[in-house]
Amino acid sequence: MTKRLMKGSEAIGEAAVQAGCKLFFGYPITPQNEIPEYMSMRLPQIGGTFVQAESEVAASHMIYGAAGAGERVMTSSSSPGVSLMAEGISYLAGAELPVVIVNIMRAGPGLGGILPSQGDYFQATKGLAHGDFRVLVLAPWSIQEAADLVQDAFDLADYYRNPVMVLGDGLIGQMMEPVEFSEGRKPVKELAPKTWATTGCDGSRPTNVINSLFLDPNELEQHNYKLAEKFDTMVQDEVRFATYGAEEDYDVLIVAYGTVARVCSTAIDELVEEGIAVAMVRPITLFPYPYEGVREGALKANSVLVVELSSGQMIEDVALGLARSRPIHFLNRMGGILVSPDEVVTKIKAILDGSSEEVHIG
Amino acid sequence: MAETVFARPLAQADVSTHYCPGCTHGLIHRLVAEVIDELGVQERTVGIAPVGCAVLAYDYFNVDFHEASHGRAPAVATGIKRARPDLIVFSYQGDGDLASIGMAEIVHCANRGEKVTVVFVNNAIYGMTGGQMAPTTMPGQVATTCQLGRDVELAGYPIRVAELISTLRTPAFVARATVHNPLVAVHAKEMLRRAFQYQVAGTCFSLVEILSTCPTNWGIPPQESMSWLETNMLPYYPVGVFKNPDGGSREPKPLAD
Repeated sequence: MTKRLMKGSEAIGEAAVQAGCKLFFGYPITPQNEIPEYMSMRLPQIGGTFVQAESEVAASHMIYGAAGAGERVMTSSSSPGVSLMAEGISYLAGAELPVVIVNIMRAGPGLGGILPSQGDYFQATKGLAHGDFRVLVLAPWSIQEAADLVQDAFDLADYYRNPVMVLGDGLIGQMMEPVEFSEGRKPVKELAPKTWATTGCDGSRPTNVINSLFLDPNELEQHNYKLAEKFDTMVQDEVRFATYGAEEDYDVLIVAYGTVARVCSTAIDELVEEGIAVAMVRPITLFPYPYEGVREGALKANSVLVVELSSGQMIEDVALGLARSRPIHFLNRMGGILVSPDEVVTKIKAILDGSSEEVHIG
Repeated sequence: MAETVFARPLAQADVSTHYCPGCTHGLIHRLVAEVIDELGVQERTVGIAPVGCAVLAYDYFNVDFHEASHGRAPAVATGIKRARPDLIVFSYQGDGDLASIGMAEIVHCANRGEKVTVVFVNNAIYGMTGGQMAPTTMPGQVATTCQLGRDVELAGYPIRVAELISTLRTPAFVARATVHNPLVAVHAKEMLRRAFQYQVAGTCFSLVEILSTCPTNWGIPPQESMSWLETNMLPYYPVGVFKNPDGGSREPKPLAD
């Protein structure tokens, strides 16, 4: 199939359609409005349904209804809207429903701003809502990867019966790049029929109930164990990361994800021209986090540089993975301001000449 | 051969409920189940339970169910119905659930004209959490969060949901009924039947508000609760049909000269 020049938001929407998504429920918020706009136009063409919800809270429960009825369903939002969806996401995880949630992060806290940020890393990976659960978090660095990950997200959600979050920022939403949708794409997982869905009970099976209420603590604990086992399986089987730059003989390893990793790749290319070898490990899954991949990359280097658009969130996972085996340096911008390749180059040189101070986590 | 003249509806599960003595939830469950049976839609009906006393309703019906979070049942109903328009979808909600925390969801579900049915049980109090003031608590009525009685200066007047929803321009069937004696319960069942029929025909959104008792949290014995409802709630919450899908518009008309 030929490549098409697409805006990130539209590629995300089209990828969902290609993956068999029939329903979209969402509420307008900048900078992701092009996703619901695209879906409102595209879904009716394939016999699907778009509903503009009255709020993100309502949207998060509309997807609960649609997923429970057995259909592939998606919502998208941006940081403050995802906070409002927290309630629904907890119920979705508790009731084990497969949905895909796209968060095109903007700068916060509060109303913050509308420009790119990575300030929702903790929220996405550690504390999306109340209760004891995780969601798979996929972080694309290009429009093509966003399209691919959105399609994978639907398979992973169905396989694990769990919400999957695609975590991007305003750059992913707004950039235009060539995208290719492969024909005859096969699911990344072998998927069982949704025998648990509320499709109407004709007496041939017990009634299906979509529910997260367990008043008996023993039953709830069993449910918690079952969920925990699922999250453990994700940790074992779903870790994804990519590497960039030097494979051996480098002094500094960069760890960055999403569009920030894209900026870092430019810096790495510039440094190579100056004869400075730098490597990068780019986590693609933020939960489960590629602790081993980061550690292996770091042990070949003398020091590690974490680059983020936050006050320091993923850096805690890097520190956890390294267990103090290498010094960690940190470069960040916030408020919607991007890190430039020049800033990365300057920081790497500072690490190499000893003028950059390492940061201590924990 | 003995002829069966009275039996449990097929759509109602053969279990005991957790409802208090004198509570009318069980009765309303039965009326809903009878209507599902009589319309022959049990095999394609999906219910949505609220957060409140009816939180376990999924155990009491022989149909597929979703348990919703507090107030969000109309949003869940929207998701199910849009995913599977062939299903008959009903939510079963109390007054704290629907008229307080879920006010946005019910208004917009009705306003979009979702082809679902809402059974709204109004007993003028929060039951499950232990008798707090609801948006529907009567002026002067004592509750644990208004121990001197509801002060309308501070809490406003009780919200009349059927009237409120009926002001929306989108076609709908909106009615209020009560079940405090057998005669009015027959009328309540008729309202429920019409509500479900409109959904089966794919006509419109439908909502039936049903006045209910809460002897436990009202602090009134069951039998007296029935007369308390009749004396105190009925005058403020009149029964009847507030909106028909073919009933025309309620848009304001110009004043006569």
